[in-house]
Amino acid sequence: MGMTITQKILAAHAGLPEVKAGQLITAKTDIVLSNDITGPVAVREMKKVGITDVFDKDKIAMIPDHFSPTKDIKSAEQCKVIRDFAKEHNIKHYYEVGKMGVEHCLLPEQGIVGPGDLIIGADSHTCTYGALGAFATGMGSTDIAAAMISGETWLRVPEAIKVIVTGKPENSWISGKDVILYIIGQIGVDGALYQSLEFVGDGVQYLSMDSRLTICNMAIEAGAKNGIFAVDDITRAYVKDRFQREPVEYFSDADAEYVREIVVDLSTLQPQVAFPHLPSNTKEIGTFGDVAIDQVVIGSCTNGRMEDMQAAAKILKGKKVAPYLRLIVIPGTPEVYRQCMREGLIDIFMEAGGVVSTPTCGPCLGGYMGILAKGERALATTNRNFIGRMGDPESEVYLCNPVIAAASAITGKISAPEEVEA
Amino acid sequence: MYKGTVWKVGNDVDTDVIIAARYLNDASDENMRKHCLEDAIPNFSQVISAGDILVAGKNFGCGSSREHAPISIKVSGVSCVIAESFARIFYRNAINIGLPIIASPEAAAEIQAGDELEVDVEQGIIKNLTQGKAYQGETFPPFIQEIIAAGNLLNYVKAKVEAK
Repeated sequence: MGMTITQKILAAHAGLPEVKAGQLITAKTDIVLSNDITGPVAVREMKKVGITDVFDKDKIAMIPDHFSPTKDIKSAEQCKVIRDFAKEHNIKHYYEVGKMGVEHCLLPEQGIVGPGDLIIGADSHTCTYGALGAFATGMGSTDIAAAMISGETWLRVPEAIKVIVTGKPENSWISGKDVILYIIGQIGVDGALYQSLEFVGDGVQYLSMDSRLTICNMAIEAGAKNGIFAVDDITRAYVKDRFQREPVEYFSDADAEYVREIVVDLSTLQPQVAFPHLPSNTKEIGTFGDVAIDQVVIGSCTNGRMEDMQAAAKILKGKKVAPYLRLIVIPGTPEVYRQCMREGLIDIFMEAGGVVSTPTCGPCLGGYMGILAKGERALATTNRNFIGRMGDPESEVYLCNPVIAAASAITGKISAPEEVEA
Repeated sequence: MYKGTVWKVGNDVDTDVIIAARYLNDASDENMRKHCLEDAIPNFSQVISAGDILVAGKNFGCGSSREHAPISIKVSGVSCVIAESFARIFYRNAINIGLPIIASPEAAAEIQAGDELEVDVEQGIIKNLTQGKAYQGETFPPFIQEIIAAGNLLNYVKAKVEAK
């Protein structure tokens, strides 16, 4: 029986000629990631059992991005825990404020993760890196502590779902966000529980690396263990002069087994909006009545990359945000921020009446930098719209792509770009 | 063996509802206990009795990887969690920190809030003393049972590293 890309990467890292779905394996890790929320708990657990040595200082990444630049004394103490740990162990991939970006924007951009890698991170959106042809999955702090000590982790080899992306986009406003929201809407928030989502098909060539990163980022919102794209020329162009190690390319065997197939036709796909309180509660733009909004957030590990900023700026150029609406734009990394400056996008956002924040996860998880009051409603390019996710338990979050977010900031209600007056 | 009264929650209870991110700037047990499940069951930390059992629908613990979620349930006094199914990361986290869990679709569907249960996690046996029914839930593979026997994952890994 053939293997999927995911299964091949797992077999290689477990030192086995082949693995089968359902098998429990112990695999070596290339990068072990944590942040300012999960890292301190991992450090605490290591101290509890009296182990302070790490397996390899060059294979550990610690990124203070969630509540950083620190929002209060308690979060400052948490950031200090990982900063002190990074200093003590000379951790290679520690990024201080100023260099720090949202972890899942930063690691691919800086070439810390790449094709063929096995990456685990104490953050559920670690699955983002599957876009590069890597196996990447989120775990908890104790798993990350164990891997920081041993350089290994236990995994159950997942079954795979084949997602066939077909056709060429007709609607120029769609991007990776619409592909993944559509899929989650089709299969539900546990539709890929414990399984891989593997993206294939003739439509994949129309998905940029930024779109692929968005798609794999939200694989977890369908319950998936990982999302993955095979390496192609788009991947090779992205990792060239960027990835710090040698890329290894894996491809699924023709007789690899898939538990089911899902088809996404890009030629008919329209912008998607996920209504509260699950990412699976999706509706096509234009199929629902007026939804007035109080705040728009453009950023996060899902849509904080350069293409996202460019897409939003294209809509916002020369326009003004609606009265009383707050537009918060958060470039995902310092590099994205600076590129926005070079391209004049920061001016566009600010002239429109938006605010541009330093990179942080901030409002996406209800941390800070745009928390909602009771009864308020936000439209966001983020990844979750759970109850209380961005603030008060009685506030609401709607999810969409950066174009819809920008258009809606102008009209004050969830809108397609066509609804913005010329 | 655990014996306790049932609290019931629905499908897709996510980790933001179990412990909201607004409390994650303080990972202390006391802070976790105080705010556990407060957006789903008002004042849960005050109304729960030590040993009570949480019964949930499908995909319990979906969303974030925050280990704070199973920790908050454990320190609030819940003895074990029964669900139709568990989200992947929550499942690992619960095992790793020593929160007993059992997946059993039948039990999760039929057990009602307030029922008295007796649960043998090792054998996967759930007895509903109120309704007079019994269920065979999923048991763990031997490898995971070793982690559970060690108390938590790090004890297990420490023993393994030291043996090398």
